[in-house]
Amino acid sequence: MTEHRSAGERPWFSHKPGVEPQGAERRDNGAGNLWRKCEGCAEILHVPDVEANASVCPLCQYHFPLDWRSRVRLLVDEGSFEETDRGISPQDPLKFFDSKSYRDRLEETQAKRAGKDAFINGRATIEGRPIWLGTFDFQFMGGSMGSVVGEKVTRLFEYGAADRAPVVIVSASGGARMQEGILSLMQMAKSTAALQRMRRLGVPFVSVLTHPTTGGVAASFAMLGDVILAEPRALIGFAGPRVIEQTIRQKLPPGFQRSEYLLDHGMLDAIVHRRELRPTLARLFGLLTDPA
Amino acid sequence: MKARMAKDFVLEFERPILELEEKIAELRRIAASGKVDCSREIENLDRKARKLRKEIFQDLGAWQRTQLSRHPQRPYTLDYVRMLFTDWYELHGDRNFMDDQAIVCGLARFDGRPVAVIGHQKGRNTKENVVRNFGMPFPEGYRKALRIMNLAERYRRPILTFIDTPGAYPGIEAEARGQAEAIAKNIMVMSSLRVPVVCTVIGEGGSGGALAVGVGNRVLMLENSIYSVISPEACAAILWKDQSKGEVAAGALRYTAPDCHRLGVADEVVPEPLGGAHRDPEGAARELGDALRRHLEALRGLGPDELAADRYQRVRHLGRFSERGRRVNGVEITFDEDEPLGDADR
Repeated sequence: MTEHRSAGERPWFSHKPGVEPQGAERRDNGAGNLWRKCEGCAEILHVPDVEANASVCPLCQYHFPLDWRSRVRLLVDEGSFEETDRGISPQDPLKFFDSKSYRDRLEETQAKRAGKDAFINGRATIEGRPIWLGTFDFQFMGGSMGSVVGEKVTRLFEYGAADRAPVVIVSASGGARMQEGILSLMQMAKSTAALQRMRRLGVPFVSVLTHPTTGGVAASFAMLGDVILAEPRALIGFAGPRVIEQTIRQKLPPGFQRSEYLLDHGMLDAIVHRRELRPTLARLFGLLTDPA
Repeated sequence: MKARMAKDFVLEFERPILELEEKIAELRRIAASGKVDCSREIENLDRKARKLRKEIFQDLGAWQRTQLSRHPQRPYTLDYVRMLFTDWYELHGDRNFMDDQAIVCGLARFDGRPVAVIGHQKGRNTKENVVRNFGMPFPEGYRKALRIMNLAERYRRPILTFIDTPGAYPGIEAEARGQAEAIAKNIMVMSSLRVPVVCTVIGEGGSGGALAVGVGNRVLMLENSIYSVISPEACAAILWKDQSKGEVAAGALRYTAPDCHRLGVADEVVPEPLGGAHRDPEGAARELGDALRRHLEALRGLGPDELAADRYQRVRHLGRFSERGRRVNGVEITFDEDEPLGDADR
């Protein structure tokens, strides 16, 4: 049991004009739909209430998925985030084609999302401390890691190593991106090798796992934080539940591969309520890097 | 009995060759009995068989190579250990939980020089596969491999790994004991080892389960091996909701040895004897031995720090993307679409 499991009491956030999530990233089902059912407690919730509560159900603390802009706003000091490496775009090295070509799929997704791919990185401060922050955009092809995501994660660790500032990565990813084939697998090696270099310099990496973090992202840097935090009830694992069910031909136990299960099995340091992430990170960086 | 089971396994596209070979063998038997002279006929059929083998094997498709990479008679890690090394001493267990026999580790000599060997191990029949779990390791397999890598580093032994797995085992216990962490940790530690590491994909290079022993100064692939982010069947199940479309996915994923070489993932494609490694394991081992010797020799000149740096640079450059407007030393750099990332970037 950690102190972070129960909900905090104080309000987390005050609305500021000009930093609203873009229309495409709002999760409500269109204009005028102000109510949604909580996936945790099945209560009907007032959408603005949920959004004002960091997309957490005010009744049962169920954590709804959070778009990356809200994530950044929630995690770092107001106005401190400065995006880097915006100019990197994916290519189609395999000329991959399923029901449509990868190139078309990318263009369609890019038109709907804010960025060129599924990862956003940049510098910021947390309670005044400079950090490097990376966060996945799960809405971009399931947050899958291809060459662009791998390159940006790698650079993040290189930046952290260069200026000795801690790195925070908020993961939400289905794993390696199938459409870039073996090159996606190699991003696991590339990013993890960069992390190892940064670690050896004594620069902290805190990995924040959110729903869901599986496959090649879990099996590389995400499970290698100096400290690993997770949001409540996030699905975290190597193989997806469906793959496991098909392999062992039986139903999985309830709660399997959820944050609480991983904490019990020694795979996480703590489960942290979304509202508590920022102060928790600040505390950890202080404990790890303040002069003795 | 169990040897027969494996020997009887014939791929559809191998069949015409094997039928010819059987005919030749029968003629030889007749000739040996001394009753009839069929030397001319044998010669003709031999020529025909050679031609056929060449025709069939010179231009194999991705799916055919996939089948060859999984061929139950294909040499496995312990076969190469037997054929390439002397003084093999197997080391067991992860010192935490168990000995996972889907991965074998040990010390041995290669050309008389001590090395560490790590490889996936499949079984040839059901009984063996119960023990080997079809070459799909649990976290303990990777942790055993990690222990041997650290051991090798302490005693400055080059590490040779042999990759041949459908993937890391997806099961409840594997997840409970941290499959993702085990793979991640191996990748991380391998990337900074201060000894030479040469990895060879000898059969199936199944995703993270392969990469967990696959971060080398050199990565070689046998001609008919594959190295993929996902199995073609699983890929087909996701994309077309149809596992049987694996053949289509095999083409789309570009995971054959020549494709991986083109993408920079494999440094060298090691030729197999005509007909595949399973038709001539000794021949396959000779080719692989020559390649390993060559690469180990080239790496011998590098010091511990250089070896780690060399391995880092090798993975650092993998991937394809374009970039606009990045400033390097005050100069704005732009990569055009479809242009592979060049060295100018660094």
